[in-house]
Amino acid sequence: MKIHEYQAKEIFASYGLPVDKSIICRSVEDAIKAYNQLDSQKVIVKAQVHTGGRGKAGGVKLADGEVELRKHAAAILGMEIKGFTVDRILVGQAVNIEKEYYVSYVIDRNSKSTLLMLSREGGMDIEEVARTAPEKIHKFVIDPAVGVPDYLAREAAFKLFDDIGQVRQAAPIFRKLYRLFVENDASLAEINPLVLTKEGSIMAIDAKMTFDDNALFRHLKIAGLKELTEEEKKEQNARDKGFSYVHLGGDIGCMVNGAGLAMATMDMIKLYGGNPANFLDIGGSSNPTKVIEAMKLLLNDKDVKVVLINIFGGITRCDDVASGLLEAFRQISTDVPIVIRLTGTNEKEGRAMLQGSHFHVAETMGDATRMAVELTKQYQD
Amino acid sequence: MSILINKDTRLLVQGITGRDGGFHASKMKAYGTRVVAGTSPGKAGEIVQDIPVFNTVRDAVSETGANTSVIFVPAPFAKDAMMEAADAGIGLIVCITEGVPTLDVVEAYRFIKSKGAKLIGPNCPGLISPGKSMVGIMPTMIFREGGTGVISRSGTLTYEVVYNLTEQGMGQSTAVGVGGDPVVGLYYRELLEMFENDPDTDSIALIGEIGGDAEERAAEYIRDHVTKPVAVFIAGQQAPPGKQMGHAGAIISSGSGTAAEKIAAFEAVGVPVAKEPGQIPSLLKGRR
Repeated sequence: MKIHEYQAKEIFASYGLPVDKSIICRSVEDAIKAYNQLDSQKVIVKAQVHTGGRGKAGGVKLADGEVELRKHAAAILGMEIKGFTVDRILVGQAVNIEKEYYVSYVIDRNSKSTLLMLSREGGMDIEEVARTAPEKIHKFVIDPAVGVPDYLAREAAFKLFDDIGQVRQAAPIFRKLYRLFVENDASLAEINPLVLTKEGSIMAIDAKMTFDDNALFRHLKIAGLKELTEEEKKEQNARDKGFSYVHLGGDIGCMVNGAGLAMATMDMIKLYGGNPANFLDIGGSSNPTKVIEAMKLLLNDKDVKVVLINIFGGITRCDDVASGLLEAFRQISTDVPIVIRLTGTNEKEGRAMLQGSHFHVAETMGDATRMAVELTKQYQD
Repeated sequence: MSILINKDTRLLVQGITGRDGGFHASKMKAYGTRVVAGTSPGKAGEIVQDIPVFNTVRDAVSETGANTSVIFVPAPFAKDAMMEAADAGIGLIVCITEGVPTLDVVEAYRFIKSKGAKLIGPNCPGLISPGKSMVGIMPTMIFREGGTGVISRSGTLTYEVVYNLTEQGMGQSTAVGVGGDPVVGLYYRELLEMFENDPDTDSIALIGEIGGDAEERAAEYIRDHVTKPVAVFIAGQQAPPGKQMGHAGAIISSGSGTAAEKIAAFEAVGVPVAKEPGQIPSLLKGRR
């Protein structure tokens, strides 16, 4: 789960991490009010959206004086950045930057640990640095039983700073950031850039955090910051019903049990010359209620011309799945052709039950996909 | 032979008094797995499916000699269950539970490692050595004894591949579902090594998906260390970036972790990649 920069900065501040002084604004009037409170000739105006690349899109501007602030605030509010409409801007005191650094904690799949990553190449796209100059990124694997002791924070700080005074300022920042990361079940806590000011202090002037969805049950305050796009709302609705759904935009709706098989199904559709409308994993079992709910979800997508149901009957036997499907479709009326591929335990019995119904019944994934793709073509003619 | 589990596996079911724990304990037992104990704090003395229940894993181990554990407890308690098993001397811990917080797994994994034990999962279907033992929630009837080792990040997609293998007369030595989360226990590299060293495994099917770079690392490992034929399928070629495809770990982030990169990595080291799951048997048959 993502949160905005201003929300991350509030969490940072609550852990005693130094951040620039800034105020969140929803209108140009708010911005002018903030300007007067900040008591700084120059301010920075930043769009608050759940995506990167704000700067390149024109969503970050420096304003020298109230007139410029008014102009920039008006331009950025309402702006579209990668499909997100800006409804909030963060107005902050401009900082005199001497140098910029990169610091983050992330979950590393390979070491199965939290990783501290640092670089003197701050303020840039870190993935770009990782591609072009990986030696400029320093990594420390954190032992969860030990955390980040003083010595480790100091060792990390020496990778960025040569002056002991600066090291002594930076080390506590790394320790606090780790505590914040762990205590809130973050999957990313990133400062880019961490800056050394001309006045000699070190502070975070940007803050990015994402959180582990699996851990939100124990962080209700953070869960409350969730803001979903229209697309994400659909996905969330599906999740509430026990499904995993992602819209893809094609015309063959898919209903599959299991995430891996669901991905393989959409890949096969493409391989056979069709276009999957969605990814939909209805989970292990496939009882009639679930099938009905899943069909509603698929038929809500007006682009769907054919539905492909691909079920592997494992613990739930194919004959049980078939009777569930028959029962579900007694309650659904639709003209959309339906291809069913049923395989696994008692598959022959299962398929026999579906014969004579209005379903197109297939034996293999290949056959089912071919049928579905051909049916979409007939529909076009 | 087989890897990780066999006829000597003495299984403990953590969370046996829950609905899933009890159901799958009976399924495992019916298959022939030696299910020797269950745990549920406060329920010692109860019997579930003819299996004695203990309060603690330590009690269960000392009374029954359990050496492997399978975990069905709810996600908020899974970390504790994994650690309890490791502390009591269980050698192989299989966590089926879905939705365990990542940092819980990070913590439990370190602890398990420090105790010299092995972890499979969480968020996995478990593993099976056909004809010998099944630990988890796999549909046993599709498996046959044989020589193909199977490693997968997925559940039903694994069954799809296994079903095809069995239909083509290719049984399995052991099939392991490693789990769909970003951080899980045993992974491709360790399992490839075990299959390479297992005299009864003559070929290996590896089923990967988008997210992370474990497949790329597996390709390197195969190039340097694996002599047995390997065939691969990678799911998620049509997955859009930034979207989680069902599994928490199946996500393309910042342009990396794509199916195309993984397929290219295997092809670069001469490992054939199936275009559809049904091709795996023929890709292996040609090379055994």
